[in-house]
Amino acid sequence: MEQLIEIMQNLHPDVDFETYEGLVDDGILDSLDIVTLITDINDAFDVSIPAEEILPENFNSAAALWELIERLDTV
Amino acid sequence: MNFASIEFLAFLLVLTAAYYLVPKRAQWVVLLCGSVVFYAFAGVVSCAFLLAVIVVSYVACTVIGKRQRACADWLNANKELPKEERKAYKNKNKKGNLVIVCIGVGVLALALIYAKFVSSYFGFKVGESGISFGAYALEIMGISYYTFIAIGYMLDVYREKAPVQRNFAKHALFVGFFPQLVMGPISKYSDVGEQYFVPHAFEGKNLYCGAVRVAWGFFKKLVVADAIAPAVGAIVAQQKGGVFFLLLCLFYSVRIYGDFTGGIDIVLGVAEMLGIKLPENFNRPFSSKSTAEYWRRWHMTMGAWFTNYIFYPLSVTKGMQKLSKWSRAHLGTAIGKRLPVYITTIVTWLVTGLWHGIAWNFVVWAMLNCLVLLVSQELEPLYTKFRTRFPKLHASMPYQTFMAVRTFCLMGLIRVFDCYMNVPLTFTKFFSVFTTPNWGALFNGELFSLGVSAVSFAVIGLGILIMWGVSRLGKDRPLREKLWEKPWLGNLALAALIFAIVVFGTYGLGYDASAFIYGGTFN
Repeated sequence: MEQLIEIMQNLHPDVDFETYEGLVDDGILDSLDIVTLITDINDAFDVSIPAEEILPENFNSAAALWELIERLDTV
Repeated sequence: MNFASIEFLAFLLVLTAAYYLVPKRAQWVVLLCGSVVFYAFAGVVSCAFLLAVIVVSYVACTVIGKRQRACADWLNANKELPKEERKAYKNKNKKGNLVIVCIGVGVLALALIYAKFVSSYFGFKVGESGISFGAYALEIMGISYYTFIAIGYMLDVYREKAPVQRNFAKHALFVGFFPQLVMGPISKYSDVGEQYFVPHAFEGKNLYCGAVRVAWGFFKKLVVADAIAPAVGAIVAQQKGGVFFLLLCLFYSVRIYGDFTGGIDIVLGVAEMLGIKLPENFNRPFSSKSTAEYWRRWHMTMGAWFTNYIFYPLSVTKGMQKLSKWSRAHLGTAIGKRLPVYITTIVTWLVTGLWHGIAWNFVVWAMLNCLVLLVSQELEPLYTKFRTRFPKLHASMPYQTFMAVRTFCLMGLIRVFDCYMNVPLTFTKFFSVFTTPNWGALFNGELFSLGVSAVSFAVIGLGILIMWGVSRLGKDRPLREKLWEKPWLGNLALAALIFAIVVFGTYGLGYDASAFIYGGTFN
């Protein structure tokens, strides 16, 4: 989770990603950020976020994104 | 079968009666038979294409489903194996599924490209003397729509976002449900699939609301869109410039709105009469305050299709991710973040443009839309500053109206490339607004030489006002549902609508009222 927060903070150092909910709904993360995030997450966690998981609910908070990573990592 | 025909109304009447009279478990069979009858009117070649799309998508989905079940069984039976080994097995299975889905999608995409574009050079036709080959462009009703539905379904099955329909006849009904074979909408199995197969009890509300929506669609199409069509044709044919270019933007916007949203109202109304809710394709598009919002409200199912099955998958391909990393490392974060998304956006728009037709005007249309969207996205921080600095002004009605009018004008200007089908000519006519505006033509009677009389213009104007009013009144909930709650007013409204269509509708012997723009040109 810490590594994820670090990746997210590289994009927007001024946002408190640990607590913020509604990152997509409030326009903090736009499509440019999401594509960049996916690239970095895939690299860092050895997962592959597929196109169908690009949904606001998966990117609205660091916790939701962490849940997605864990889900993709389970078999 | 044409929507705007007596045969279709008779067909609808018989089908609806049969649908509610047969035992409920057989209702879907009535829909399937109705779809076969409806599509049979399109001819043997069209039927062959539809059948081929149904068979290919059925085979692909069934095979993928079988492999997914086998994979799940294996994983269940081998829980004790190391995670890495299980993961490798799952990935191998998924790769196999990907190959199958690529073959399925590839075959359907090639068939679509052949029918839409290649057949005009290397086509064929079926006559009394058999099949003859040559430059016979195939005109296959609704091919894009059902092919997109089938491709979307295959991809959803591959992504495990939709269940596999193992019954071939039910699968055929999902792909070929008759109302959406003319101009969409492009439905998803997860939204509509099961609705076709569950029992639907007769409900007066569904029948009334559906019938009102069908009548409303005919009103938009026959009283407004088809009535303004001669003026659009005349301005283009006579290559009128100056103020007539602006009128063309306005008239064509009215025409395409009435034609396309009216057609979709008929489609969704027919489905509603049968208790089936197809996805909405429009959400008051001309009230949009920005281009991005307009594209979220206009031809929504197509927009969603291109986003889900082209834009997102392209964005997360390995190549794009490599480009993202490389460009951030070598060109800096600002450019590096933008490059992959810009490329994906341009490619998606290019495909959208080419889907409308292989011609430069569609390429320019797509690229202009893309340009406006990307520039707006770049200016967003500026807009945000403005909103924060002047919140009251931004929220005021005049400013909101200004934004909606600005978007309407911008979209109207871009849309006009459809009319001339000639890029240099469109630009020449656009610049003539500034060089030779000829404002006097608005007052010297030249306006009425476009094949639309003053009375017709008045009826069209009234029609536009009614469309605007209905749109406003239906903002929170469809107006037809409110009318259902007040039977006397509801019946009066339906009668008035039918009266208006009969008296003012554009139809008659030899008049091809069925030629919907999105059912033909952009099919």
